[in-house]
Amino acid sequence: MSRSLHGLRSWLLQRLTAVYLLIYLVYFFIHLLLRDGGGYEGWRGWLAQPAVAIATVLFFTALLFHAWIGLRDVVMDYVHPFAWRLSLLALIGVGLLTMGLWVLLIMIPLHI
Amino acid sequence: MKHVNDAPRYLNLLRIHLPITAVLSIGHRIAGVVLVLAIPAVIYLLDLSLQNRDGYNAAASLLGGAGMRFLTALVVWAFAHHALAGVRFLLLDLRLGIDKPAARASAWAVSLGGAMIFLLAAAALL
Repeated sequence: MSRSLHGLRSWLLQRLTAVYLLIYLVYFFIHLLLRDGGGYEGWRGWLAQPAVAIATVLFFTALLFHAWIGLRDVVMDYVHPFAWRLSLLALIGVGLLTMGLWVLLIMIPLHI
Repeated sequence: MKHVNDAPRYLNLLRIHLPITAVLSIGHRIAGVVLVLAIPAVIYLLDLSLQNRDGYNAAASLLGGAGMRFLTALVVWAFAHHALAGVRFLLLDLRLGIDKPAARASAWAVSLGGAMIFLLAAAALL
């Protein structure tokens, strides 16, 4: 991928992830509204279904990429000193990666 | 070489009249940052709610808890505004509603829609 296409790739990824996030959240909120009770067992059982679990891990993956592109744009627009910019972007990157690992650590045990 | 920027600058924020489309766009950014800050809280609640029955109940009461209600309502506004404004931007990308009167009307609709959802959430929670 050439440098000139890099921005276009981010632009497209931001929109594709946005569409997936919307679809998942509509499905999620409809499920929350329609499920009658079920409590803990129902909630855990729903998230343990393979299709739901995969969709949920994909949701958080898309969410973290979407957040990365959005925050990177915000930092690039408002933070100009190079050292600050680099440190902030590194901090954000490590933070988002940690959140992704956390989600995996939550979701994987549901299937073991 | 020294570059002299002689473009007019009006940095007095009270003298800058931002059109509603610009207000909506800045709101989209602010809401996005708020939502990012909410991600660890959401993952924590997911973690807690899946541990056992006590954790599930604790997560449910945290969401409706007295100290959390304002934050929850704020995140509801951020989500409503970000999602509505995001759909509007996606439609603009498809060149739907791109002419000025339509774009201004949809910017008003999104801003007021987000504010109404915030008021509904606040009324339901507070």
